[in-house]
Amino acid sequence: MSRLPSDTPLKWGLRIIAAIAGTIVLLIVLFLVIEAIPALQTVGLKRFFTDPSWHPAGGTEAGTFNLIPMLVGTILVTAGAILIAAPLGIASALFCQYYAPLRLGKLYRHLIELLAGIPSVVYGFWGLVVLAPLIRQWQPPGQSLLTAILILALMILPTVMLLSESTLRSVSHSYIQAANALGLSRWAIIQSVVLPTARGGIITAVLLGAGRAVGETMAVLMVAGNVVQMPDNLFAPVRTITANIALELGYAMDHHRSALFVTGLMLMAIIVMLVGFAHWINKGHVYD
Amino acid sequence: MTTSPLITQTIRPWANREPCCKTQLPHITTTNLSVSYNGKLAIDHVNLPINRGCITTIIGPSGCGKSTFLSCLNRMTDLATHCKVSGSIAFNDTDITNPKINLIALRRQIGMNFQRPNPPPLSIQKNLTFPLKQHGIKRKADRVAKAQTILRRVGLWDEVKDRLQTPALRLSGGQQQRLCIARALVLSPEVLLLDEPCSALDPIASGVVEDLITSLRGQYTVVVVTHNLAQARRIADNVAMFWMLGQAGTIIEHSPVAPMFESPQNEITAAYLRGERG
Amino acid sequence: MTNWTNRIATVLMWFTALLVTSVFLWIITDLLRQGITHLSWEFLVTAPSDAGRSGGIGPILISTLLILGVCLLTSVPIGVPTAILLAEFSRKGHWFGRLIRSSLDVLAGVPSIVFGLFGNAFFCFYLGMGFSILSGGLTLSCMVLPLLIRSTEEGLRSVPDDYRQAATALGLSDAATLWRIILPAATPGLIVGLILSISRALAETAALLFTSGYADRMPQSLMDSGRSLSIHIYDLAMNVPGGEAQAYATAMVLIALLLIINVATSWASTRWLHGRISL
Repeated sequence: MSRLPSDTPLKWGLRIIAAIAGTIVLLIVLFLVIEAIPALQTVGLKRFFTDPSWHPAGGTEAGTFNLIPMLVGTILVTAGAILIAAPLGIASALFCQYYAPLRLGKLYRHLIELLAGIPSVVYGFWGLVVLAPLIRQWQPPGQSLLTAILILALMILPTVMLLSESTLRSVSHSYIQAANALGLSRWAIIQSVVLPTARGGIITAVLLGAGRAVGETMAVLMVAGNVVQMPDNLFAPVRTITANIALELGYAMDHHRSALFVTGLMLMAIIVMLVGFAHWINKGHVYD
Repeated sequence: MTTSPLITQTIRPWANREPCCKTQLPHITTTNLSVSYNGKLAIDHVNLPINRGCITTIIGPSGCGKSTFLSCLNRMTDLATHCKVSGSIAFNDTDITNPKINLIALRRQIGMNFQRPNPPPLSIQKNLTFPLKQHGIKRKADRVAKAQTILRRVGLWDEVKDRLQTPALRLSGGQQQRLCIARALVLSPEVLLLDEPCSALDPIASGVVEDLITSLRGQYTVVVVTHNLAQARRIADNVAMFWMLGQAGTIIEHSPVAPMFESPQNEITAAYLRGERG
Repeated sequence: MTNWTNRIATVLMWFTALLVTSVFLWIITDLLRQGITHLSWEFLVTAPSDAGRSGGIGPILISTLLILGVCLLTSVPIGVPTAILLAEFSRKGHWFGRLIRSSLDVLAGVPSIVFGLFGNAFFCFYLGMGFSILSGGLTLSCMVLPLLIRSTEEGLRSVPDDYRQAATALGLSDAATLWRIILPAATPGLIVGLILSISRALAETAALLFTSGYADRMPQSLMDSGRSLSIHIYDLAMNVPGGEAQAYATAMVLIALLLIINVATSWASTRWLHGRISL
């Protein structure tokens, strides 16, 4: 591509503005760190994992800061959602590309795009008023790990599906033609040619879906029950890191507030790791 | 139809097959074969016997339906939307235009290869073993052994034996094309369809592929589409000439290679072979 | 045997599609059926009363639009020049462009609740804006920036190089080329970016909880706290027993807005960009 030439005042103006855009991330990290420092200094990172419970309102001495139940909550909810959404999302993508007649496939993709556009608060609301009561009839209290997993799975399914589908679309038609000429059945072609070729992209799709699940707040907040505890079964209420911030930031003071920013930093770290991993997988070689 | 040999699933060793090109027995015979895309006729009333164990080349200018004809022979036309095929194709006395035919078994017996080499981004070995796995060879050792036999058969073994696990896409174009031919052969088909196998290759690589094709004579029935007349003359036993008549392509002449090139019966063929038309 | 796995796979694929479709239809019909009964012109213009159990969403719509306005008015002047720099003035692989781009990539992945934390600390407290429409809008502005920049950049990249060469051949200055030739040609991309940003901002809740606040009265200024549609749904569902019906109606309004925007996007992108921008 030919680009416009030379250094001009215009270019410098643009550079300054772009630098502002680029600094926002730094600003976010900076303010998270600034706000987190009091807690990190006086409470220390160790106590977030070793304290007996999460009662941060009592101040540095009397308060306790154990994050593990909420971390476990986040991990369980995310893992559960991925376990459901990944197979359904990938199957949906395969359906669209290789099983559905052309028009139906397009229609189905539009449907998933719509699904992707529904705000998380609406999913949460629907989960709260429709899904949770259904689960309550079966196993009270209804607002539970399971409900959160189901709603979250529904939310990240479009991410997994749409990203996988765009990867599948980039699988060269000639590979499929070749496999067809070898007399392979549809599933055999998918299994031996399509999936190995698209593996990197599909893993990326799942990882980005996981990233969304970790960061999701509203839907989980509304359906998970928000009790700080280690869940002992699928029907027990849990609280995630994100929901905890949303619940407590409004009234948190001093070290409590600072502790919430520590959890924000942790979230950032998890997301950056997931996204970084996804990029790395996508760039790396995906051969057998 | 259930008794048709196309339903069989076993892989037969080539040794049991009768190698010959002299018997002049048709292996595939098309009768009044016509194909249309979206209602527009592409080839019209093509009648061609393809002899067992021979190399038949199909020549003619581009756009006159050579590739369409070739892809009818193993029903790759089924993959194109709005494609309609009429007439009949007899393969071992079975009409394979029958919609009930088992396409998987058919394509195993009539292999096909394309203009551009198209190995999926798998390793060299995996490119040869995945069709075997999908066709029911359960033991990995068997698949690997078969792949190695085939690599020797197409003369790739010495070139790739130290890097069987490297991506096939790192091979040169000519090597990729031979790998693709090997991939078609690994299922021990009776017939091999090659659509302009050398047109994407440089002259040296294309010479190697040509030698490979001629070495298949007798063991397989080979149909090669080419627009390279010299190549057709070098490798063919029989030649069929496609031409546009009206709006659609058809065969205007077919015969063994010598009479075709030395004394063509059809005026157009003669002019085309002299380079005056086409 | 392979034939059987193939059949089972086919059945599973169709089953998946059917399952996903039916769950989706379940959600949509439920929202529609429950939402439409409470929807009226009255609902759209009157103020909520009794914590939202009765009345409408008039002030909430206004607050939402104001937040959106602040968000766009601040993100566009930063986003568009950045996109221009990335698409037109930075050589491929140049460190500055790469740095900006990867920083935007990270920004795109930041969870919305973290934006909320940041907005609360930076805009509300450090800059002293308090819980206000301004804080909320600015926080959202940071959030939509990567989206806006990416689609504007795509739009700019879709301008054929011929235009640039022609402009250079005419002896136009950089600024003139940009202003008279490239920007007009890239407008569609910018519009698609704007639409995407709007829908992202409209759907957002977590980032607004602790920046724009909860107040459901009519905002008097940008420094007033204002409640967005999404927060209204959350509050009615979680904190107001008996607020369900109103929450349904509000969700309907929100989804209708998003749907209109969604249709506009696909219309715009097929009309102008031939599907260049994938959603």
